[in-house]
Amino acid sequence: MSNKIMDVIQWVDSRLPVIEFWEAHLSKYYAPKNFNFWYFFGSLALFVLVIQIVTGIFLTMHYKPDAALAFASVEYIMRDVNWGWLIRYIHSTGASAFFVVVYLHMLRGLMYGSFKYPRELIWIFGMLIYLCLMAEAFMGYLLPWGQMSYWGAQVIVNLFGTIPWVGDDIALWVRGDFVVSDATLNRFFALHVIAVPIILLGLVVAHIAALHTVGSNNPDGVEIKKNKDANGIPLDGIPFHPYYTVKDVVGVVVFLFIFSLVVFFMPEMGGYFLEHANFEPANPLATPEHIAPVWYFTPFYTVLRAIPNPFGGFLAMGAAIVVLFFLPWIDRNPVKSIRYRCALYKVNLAVFIVAFIWLGYLGMQAVTPLYSQLALRLSEIYFLFFAVLWIYSSQRSVKFYIGWFLVFTAIITGYDLFRVNEEIADLTWKTWIIPVAYIFVTLVVAAFTNLDKDKSVPERVTA
Amino acid sequence: MKTIIKLICVTALLYSSSGFAAGGSSPLFHVNVDVDNRQSLQRGAKLFVNYCLSCHAASYSRYKRVATDLGISDKNMRENMIFTNQKLGDPMIVAMTEKDGKTWFGGAPPDLSVRARARGADWIYSFMKSFYLNEKATRGVDNKMLPGTSMPHVMWELQGWQDLNPDYGHDKGSNKGNHGEESKPPFILVESGQLSEEEYDKAMTDLVNFMVYLSEPAQLKRKTIGVGVLFFLAALGILAYFMKRDYWKDVH
Repeated sequence: MSNKIMDVIQWVDSRLPVIEFWEAHLSKYYAPKNFNFWYFFGSLALFVLVIQIVTGIFLTMHYKPDAALAFASVEYIMRDVNWGWLIRYIHSTGASAFFVVVYLHMLRGLMYGSFKYPRELIWIFGMLIYLCLMAEAFMGYLLPWGQMSYWGAQVIVNLFGTIPWVGDDIALWVRGDFVVSDATLNRFFALHVIAVPIILLGLVVAHIAALHTVGSNNPDGVEIKKNKDANGIPLDGIPFHPYYTVKDVVGVVVFLFIFSLVVFFMPEMGGYFLEHANFEPANPLATPEHIAPVWYFTPFYTVLRAIPNPFGGFLAMGAAIVVLFFLPWIDRNPVKSIRYRCALYKVNLAVFIVAFIWLGYLGMQAVTPLYSQLALRLSEIYFLFFAVLWIYSSQRSVKFYIGWFLVFTAIITGYDLFRVNEEIADLTWKTWIIPVAYIFVTLVVAAFTNLDKDKSVPERVTA
Repeated sequence: MKTIIKLICVTALLYSSSGFAAGGSSPLFHVNVDVDNRQSLQRGAKLFVNYCLSCHAASYSRYKRVATDLGISDKNMRENMIFTNQKLGDPMIVAMTEKDGKTWFGGAPPDLSVRARARGADWIYSFMKSFYLNEKATRGVDNKMLPGTSMPHVMWELQGWQDLNPDYGHDKGSNKGNHGEESKPPFILVESGQLSEEEYDKAMTDLVNFMVYLSEPAQLKRKTIGVGVLFFLAALGILAYFMKRDYWKDVH
């Protein structure tokens, strides 16, 4: 490098420690050398965040947050703004891509125990990011002012109305009107383009700062800082830059390839990314016969619908998200990676993934008697995943396992007895077997077999 | 266990029959549109401005854009496709106000700019083929796709008039209206129009094709650009991969 450039860097560095920053977070930040496929999604999430912010800025240049103009301004972007269609499709596809990437990122955490000691705070920040992302996506979805935008917002804001005593006032306060209206659109726009993004960026900084304080986990769940060389560098660590920067570039290009397939060839993604009904302008007088949120909310939407009592459903949906925050204290097993965990955890996690996807599918469908029973059963599985995890992640006696099995069976059966009526009796008792079989395997069978026995964890990373 | 398997089978079966949920019935007919067929788009545009644009607007679209995309000259567009005193760069709006629409039809005819994206091509195609004589209806004609619609059969000159086929739906087995399963047509032509049945179908295919184009003009170039982008990314991916491999040579 020429002397002139070095001089400039020196000049800056003596006033702002840029070199120190560069070294601490990139060139001398040691990451485990055994990251696999699942470790692409963190940097990809950051990449998608940048995409969303940049495309979002350009969209706001032409979008009009006015109930009379919003729908038309989106079509104006799609037709009359140069490359507007591309910017809009990147933003709409980016929203879904964000959730794809984040869900996979969270699944990685579940697989390799990335939320465990000493990374609990990283997980908490991550969950807060996820919450912000949901708020961001929900409010952004109102902006095109289509039928689904309008009625989706109507349904979700009305959820606040189910809170006893103060509910209606809170819903009114959120909407700024008695129904979703121009006032709602304006405030959602403000929150979507400035308030939530600022919080989001702050949380991302906190998430990464916390990560770089304790260091990254890896697919073996081994702490690389326990084995250092004479210079204090982890034996199994490699500098993030250039090793992981060049690797993540590959990840970004592969991601962009798949992303472009959607943007250029199927931007509606068959109605999953851009819902058909949202090409109809919002009409407060005509309720669509079938209101479905976008795919990334549907698992929680199903939990909401699984409980007939509206406030009960609202609480269940909230609990389904809140329970994730407590994961570091629910899973008490010090073994991090799924590679060395008991067979039970593998089965349990697989069932959880299937249940989550199935819940998501049900959330897009109209309610039928069978579906509403399935929705409840899968919601029960969703919560039981955490309950049984709390039980078998620590050394337990047979009595403890059996005792909790009986308690859960009693709760499930008790709720069924409370809610059952002639119409749904048959389905209720036929589907009763689903959660009970689940806890039977995860608690009773586990109590008498080696299903809950972990393997020994190696000293160093394996690859 | 059997119950679970049964449940999975039942849900799988139920899932397979989902589709558009925009109100009205599910499509009776299927149409193959091809927005790359410029002649079809031009014929469709002609039908659209002649038959639809007098009541329905397509206000997000501009005449000029349609002319450019469809290869219609400015002069041709101005003389043959614009029936009001609008200019080429104007949006395709109609003289009928929303209030008039409400008075005359009980509701303003919807804007058709993005209709094909909301309803789907099959639905619109089916709608245009599903007007039938019905004495009970206000205008003596009803539509099987949207019963009670206030839209008159504007294409009657071309199609003629049809009745419901009383035998339709009496085939054994499914009568859900899925194409291919039903051997008897849903309608019988009782009075011929200017076009034969095949010609009418073709004309409606052109019209729907144009409406599909109209709902997203960018689709004409979107895929072409996409192919270029994918080639670029593939090349970049190969370079990135080799760069990564080179850097990682010394990592064991």
